Amino acid sequence: MTRLERRLLTDRFIKVVATSLAVLAIVLLAWILWTVFYRGLTALSFSVFTMPTESPGRGGGLANAIVGSLIQVLVGLVIATPVGLFAGTYLSELGRGRFADAVRFINDVLLSAPSILIGLFVYELLVKSTGAFSGFAGSIALAVLILPVVVRATEDMLRLVPGSLREAAFALGATRAQVVTSVLWRAARAGIVTGILLAVARAAGETAPLLFTSLGNLSWSFDMSKPMASLPVTIYQYAGSPFDEWVALAWAGAFLITVGVLFLNILSRVVLAPRGKAS
Amino acid sequence: MNIELTEMSESLRQRRAEAGAFGARGEAETKLLIENLEFFYGENRALHGIDMKVPENRVTAMIGPSGCGKSTLLRVLNRMYDLYPGQRATGSVRLDGEDILSPNLPAARLRNRVGMVFQKPTPFPMSIRDNIAFGIKLNETISKGEMDERIEWSLSKAAIWDEVKDRLHSPANGLSGGQQQRLCIARTIAVKPEVVLLDEPTSALDPISTARIEELIDELKSEFTIVIVTHNMQQAARCSDMTAFFLLGNLVEFNETNKIFTAPQDSRTQDYITGRFG
Repeated sequence: MTRLERRLLTDRFIKVVATSLAVLAIVLLAWILWTVFYRGLTALSFSVFTMPTESPGRGGGLANAIVGSLIQVLVGLVIATPVGLFAGTYLSELGRGRFADAVRFINDVLLSAPSILIGLFVYELLVKSTGAFSGFAGSIALAVLILPVVVRATEDMLRLVPGSLREAAFALGATRAQVVTSVLWRAARAGIVTGILLAVARAAGETAPLLFTSLGNLSWSFDMSKPMASLPVTIYQYAGSPFDEWVALAWAGAFLITVGVLFLNILSRVVLAPRGKAS
Repeated sequence: MNIELTEMSESLRQRRAEAGAFGARGEAETKLLIENLEFFYGENRALHGIDMKVPENRVTAMIGPSGCGKSTLLRVLNRMYDLYPGQRATGSVRLDGEDILSPNLPAARLRNRVGMVFQKPTPFPMSIRDNIAFGIKLNETISKGEMDERIEWSLSKAAIWDEVKDRLHSPANGLSGGQQQRLCIARTIAVKPEVVLLDEPTSALDPISTARIEELIDELKSEFTIVIVTHNMQQAARCSDMTAFFLLGNLVEFNETNKIFTAPQDSRTQDYITGRFG
């Protein structure tokens, strides 16, 4: 075998390995999606959306868990977004020196903190001190989860805005606040919104931060100071139960979360897609 | 295309001849008085004791090889360097007698009086109309009617009104490079500054757009004091009244443009304009 033949063989070998591993990853994802869709769709019925969870043998649905999830994620988002947006803006536009470096480092740590730790932290902070599990504590836990993603996305996206655009706005006599709110946020909007959507998608599927905070609730609950149901916690409780109808409901819930997260991911792609020459 | 280009420079030459460009120069007031200006990037001194009088309602060109300090000087005139820690200027620059380097003068107020157009077009990510309105709204509260008038006035001044009047609400990013640069000029003059700084405004443009902008500069000087940094010596010769030649952070020679280009006093100026170095 000549040297060239050997090199070409290696080349082909690497190509085959890379391709087959890529296929394997896709197959795993497709398998998960297939299982979730197949089992979820068969368990899905109208009552899933209209009835709250019931004790075994009495039917019921997931309506309270769906609504609870929506409320907690939404409140968490409303809390985390402004904080993250301003913190990220600080890091990109003003943050120089040790303090900013420390904030950036801590944010990166938070970004990769296990979600169960965040749950325990909020449990110590809010549940133990007030003596009650609550939907609000759940929202705070989700907000802590969303926050670092928003900070990071905002900083990264603002850094991508060319310096010349900043100077041009300053050159017209704008103050820094006006430059940021009128020009920079607008220029980085697509990227920041994408970051927020992905953070929400991640938070919507998290179980661990909610286990010790909003706990779950078998009936309707709209009171943020009381335990509140959520889809991931309900799935966690139902999937391991001995009752077939609960297991089926868990599949239905898994299906709903998957569709929701998939939707947010696709939406973020649409937001990021270039429209004309606008960036 | 070529015909259009020749016609433009032809009309430019005519207008200058009619205005008797070099005859009426003596009466110009000093708009910017620069005295013993030094500039530092950290420890590095980039400008050495610059003294210069920029005349009102004239076009002053600053030429010189890369790194000679001409852009640095331009960025002192609207205190753009303020944005970057470690950059500082000493000496004095007076705009109508007022010290503009004084920390008591907010940079935002100075920049409202001294506008700047950059090398690369920098349209904001918003509609054409909002690009113009942005600067106006920073300092004035005016009715929609007045705003519409001002927008038309500035876009007409910048010779782009006819091209954009039917699409004021479409994104400014959709314009061509030359149109974007004229939009940036319109945006700058819309806030009615007294001085307009141009930092190599045509270096990213094709020859036709360049000719249009040079023509524009000539028209604008009746209302504004213009300072232009350029790498293009023909451009300095074509559209400026005064020319300053910089080398290694020093102002080598500052004189009427025709004198700089026909009878320079300093041998280094002579060498530069004849292309012997640079």
